[in-house]
Parts: sequence; C-alpha cells; structure tokens
Amino acid sequence: MSEKKYELIVIGGGPAGLAAAHSAWESGLRKILIIERAKHLGGILNQCIHNGFGLHHFKEELSGPEYADRFIKMVEACTDGNAPEGIEIMTDTMALNITPDHEVYVSNTEGYRVLKADSVILAMGCRERTRDSVGIAGSRPAGVYTAGTAQMFMNIMGYSVGRRVVVRGTGDIGLIMARRMKLEGAEVLACIGASDHADGLARNVNQCLKDFDIPLLLRHTITEIRGKDRVEQVVAMEVDEHRNVIPGTEQVFDCDTLLLSIGLIPENELSKKAGVPIDSRTSGAVVYENNETEIPGIFACGNVLQVHDLVDFVTEESIRAGQAAAEYVLGGCKAKTSDTVFALANGENVKYTVPMKARMEEIGKFLEVSFRVKKIFGAGSAVVVTQGDQQIARFKRPYMSSSKMEKIRIPKALIDKIDPLGEPLTVSAVEEVE
Amino acid sequence: MQEIICIVCPKGCHLMVDEENDFAVTGSACEKGIDYGRNELQNPVRVLTSTVRVSGCSEEDSDIVRCPVRTDGSIPKDLMFDAMKQIDAVELVAPVEVGDVVIPDILGTGVDIIATRTVK
Ligand SMILES: Cc1cc2nc3c(=O)[nH]c(=O)nc-3n(C[C@H](O)[C@H](O)[C@H](O)COP(=O)(O)OP(=O)(O)OC[C@H]3O[C@@H](n4cnc5c(N)ncnc54)[C@H](O)[C@@H]3O)c2cc1C
Ligand code: SF4
Repeated sequence: MSEKKYELIVIGGGPAGLAAAHSAWESGLRKILIIERAKHLGGILNQCIHNGFGLHHFKEELSGPEYADRFIKMVEACTDGNAPEGIEIMTDTMALNITPDHEVYVSNTEGYRVLKADSVILAMGCRERTRDSVGIAGSRPAGVYTAGTAQMFMNIMGYSVGRRVVVRGTGDIGLIMARRMKLEGAEVLACIGASDHADGLARNVNQCLKDFDIPLLLRHTITEIRGKDRVEQVVAMEVDEHRNVIPGTEQVFDCDTLLLSIGLIPENELSKKAGVPIDSRTSGAVVYENNETEIPGIFACGNVLQVHDLVDFVTEESIRAGQAAAEYVLGGCKAKTSDTVFALANGENVKYTVPMKARMEEIGKFLEVSFRVKKIFGAGSAVVVTQGDQQIARFKRPYMSSSKMEKIRIPKALIDKIDPLGEPLTVSAVEEVE
Repeated sequence: MQEIICIVCPKGCHLMVDEENDFAVTGSACEKGIDYGRNELQNPVRVLTSTVRVSGCSEEDSDIVRCPVRTDGSIPKDLMFDAMKQIDAVELVAPVEVGDVVIPDILGTGVDIIATRTVK
C-alpha cells in the first residue's frame, strides 16, 4: 500500500497546532495533516472554561473553548479547488515516533502506520508537574490531584472533585481552580506558595482569590499529607528564603482535597526521538528566528516550545511556524545554510530567550525575542540588549514579573550593527538608574 | 487613593483610584482600565463562567456531557452565587452552537448566559 505523502504534518491539535496548520494553508501548502491524540481538537483550551482568551488576537474576551472553536472553524473552512478535502484531521490518533527525515509513526483504531511528510510542526503542548517534583511526605490517599486534572474532572466530566480544598502552588491553573471550586460550593481553605509572590497573573490573584476571600499563604509549603483512603489533613509550614522549613510553624488544615499547581513542563519525548536538541532552560526545542529546530524541516511552537501564559502569543508564534514550514516546503525542502548565525543568551535577571539562535539574513523588519525575568520589576525598569559591552537596544518597561512572558522586537536596523561572529546577543533586565 | 490591579486584560496594570476626586484613575495603559477602576470601587462587576449538563449528543460528540457557558458581559459581583444556582438548574439538548442563549437576562441584569462550545 502506498501511503499519501504530506507536505506538512502537525503533531497536536491544540491552539498551536490549529494556528500553525491554518497559517501553512494560507501560505500555500495543500497537503496538510493534523494528528491529535484526543477525541476532539482544541487541546487544553477545552477544559479552560474561564474567560480571558483572545484579547490580543480577536480583541474580545473569550472563554478557552470559544477561542478553540474559532480556530477549529477556520481550519475546517480551508478548502479550495486544488484541495477540496482541505486540511486532513486525524483525532484519536497518537504520534509515537518521529524520525529526523520526517517520518511520523502513528497509532489509532485502524492500527499502526508510518506517514511521510516534507515538514513537521511540533505542537504537543505541555504536561503538569506532579507532587514528586515538590517532594511532599506522608501517605498516598485519594484526593490529591494536579490542578489541571481536577479542572478536567470538573469542567469536562462534570464530577465534583472535593468539599474542603487546599491548593499548593500559586500558578494560574491553581488560582483559577480555587475560584471554580468555590463557585461550585466547595470550601477553599488556602492557596499556598513557597516564594514571596504568587506565580500566576496578578489579575488572577485578584479575581480568583481576593474576590472570594480565599487566603493566599506565601512563603509556606506543604510538608505532610495525612489520611488513609482519602486526604484528611495537610500540614503547612513556613519556609525561609532558602526554602527550608522553619521548625515550629506547623499549621494543620482539615481538608479532603489537595490540588497541586506547581508548573508545566513541555512534552518533548517525541522531539527527542526525532533528534531535536532541547534547551535546558526552557525544556523546549532549540529554535531559530523562524521557529525551525536544529533538524531542517522540523519546527516547534506553543507550549511544547516554551510555557506560555497567553494563548494569543501561542497563536502568534504558531502562525510564524506555519509560514516557515510552508516556505521550507515551497522552496524545495532545502536546509538553510548560513554563515551569519548568532546566538542569543540570557543575561542578568533573565531566565531564557526564545529563539536561541538567529540567522542574520533571515530577519525581516525586526527580530522578536520572548523571555521571562527572574523577579518583579517595578516602574522604571528596562530590557537591555547587548553584545559584549556594546549596547544594541534598550526597551523601557513599566512593570515586569516572572509570571508573565515578556517580548521585545529588535528592529533590523539595530541587528545590522552586531557582529554575527562575535559574542552572543545578550538580553538582560535592569532597574533604570536615571 | 486606592491601588488596585486592573483585571480587564492580562497586562494587569496597577491603577490608582482617587475616591475623593470623582474616582479619577491613573496608571492605566488604556481606556478600559479607567472604566474598570471607576466601577471597581463603586459597583464591581465580573464575567462568570461555568458549565451546564448537555444531552442528546451525536455519535461524534457522544463523550461530551457538559457544555461550558459564560455571561455575555459583566454582572454585579455579588450576584455570582445566585447566578450559579440558576446555571446549575439548566440542561441543554444538543445541537448547541457557540453563542446560543442558555438563560436570557440572568437575574434581571440584562446580561444573557451563552454557550461557549459547539456540541453536535
Ligand atoms: C489551566 C490553564 C489556564 C490558562 N489560562 C489562560 C488564560 O486565561 N488566558 C490565556 O490566554 N491563556 C491561558 N492559558 C494558556 C494557553 O491556554 C496555553 O498556553 C495554550 O493552550 C497552549 O496551546 P498548545 O496548543 O501549545 O498546547 P495544548 O493546548 O496543550 O495542545 C497540545 C495538543 O497536542 C496533543 N498531543 C500531545 N502529544 C501528542 C501526541 N504524541 N500525538 C498526538 N497528539 C498529541 C494534546 O492532546 C493536545 O491536544 C492557560 C493554560 C492552562 C493550562
Ligand atoms: S488598563 Fe488596559 S492595558 Fe492595563 S490591564 Fe487594564 S485593560 Fe489591560
């Protein structure tokens, strides 16, 4: 049996995969396949029933499922005379392996198959960190969930998750679930975080905790879970600046449920199988300015590349990846060779940069760089781009925090000033002195 | 003067609202923040989201048992729990389109509860 060869296979049918496939179509590709392991397209957005999506992209405030619905309809509307069947979609299909020469091994109810493509876009999203990552002692009763799992149980399956709840972690999912459970009639005793500020967006601390008088307990951690079959109690203790617990500060909460919201990790097992190098700072692929990985013709976007807090930015990044894949295929699938590749590096107070590399001649009007800062910066801070001790660009910022991904656009005219063979272009965050 | 964080968009501007000066708002990066700041201290409103039961789905959506919904606009903050009670009492029958009105004019606020997922 001869298999159809695709111009592009997109792995993952969340917002990243949908936007990438749509933009590749708009850029001229006609043999596109989206592979999604779930029964429905939309990814994590299907369970994010709260509002707050789409303000940038659609200039409207939508719920997660609504945002997904718009993209699903846009993808479904992609048909023309040359490709009346449009973008092909395989749901209930798991991608098991990808090879560096763009073979994708899939499994579904029809069995196991190997599909071939000119290009591949990785859009697999992320998964949640579990309790092992924060090392909580004690028994292993029922009633301990990651916040995202609890969100799926409640919003997709309609189960009631618990009556008396403690949330460990102050990420957005935890904050949003605290509000959701409270609205459904549960008692939410506290939201507990180890650092001195909440990890989630300020608006979520406000509208999810403050609105409902849910206590935010900072500089605390959970040291023990008690209970036989079901959680009965959790013990919280204060921590010092090195995150060591302070003896004698035990607080016991009587609860039946503990939600963990301690961050997300990009899901890159497949990328690694394809030989795509992974950056240790982002846990996502090393990419160039056009979202291409080190393996020619394999691109990455969305949460699998870097953990995003705004789906609108996922969309923007994925449109770029879709265009780049189309350009690669329509250009004859030639690997880009460039002798003006320069590296980007994180400087003071910056955790990482995406992209990690850029090719001088591929940069259009500007080079967009996303990154996260390590601490909170108040009014009068700035992002500084330097090469060696030469300042290339400076961007004023009124406020920056580690819970928000930041972006800068460095104009091409300034990029032209750098020496591509010199030191890496370094992005730092500083308090402005003047 | 009261400092509040604007929740209208993820930017989260830090607003200063002056109760003694006709609720004048400073620190907002856009117009919406001014409205938000002024309202927040006088008549705080919120968007409410939840899910309702849905039945009668087609084969393709046979696994879907809940349909997400939201207020099509903001309602007074202190009506959120009353609105939840009304939402909990609703059961939809597929097909449902995004934007379909699930409860018109909830609690006399002039705001509808609408579906936010297509269920076939
Ligand atoms: C709880 C929560 C709240 C959020 N709140 C907001 C908010 O208020 N506003 C906002 O703008 N953003 C918010 N975000 C962020 C935004 O929703 C995400 O960044 C975005 O959904 C990521 O999209 P994605 O397509 O990269 O990943 P996902 O949505 O996770 O999609 C990845 C898809 O790939 C599929 N997949 C993975 N591996 C395979 C495989 N091997 N084979 C086949 N398919 C596979 C998965 O099933 C999934 O459908 C929130 C995120 C979360 C988790
Ligand atoms: S003031 Fe405008 S930009 Fe700032 S958070 Fe509010 S809506 Fe967003």
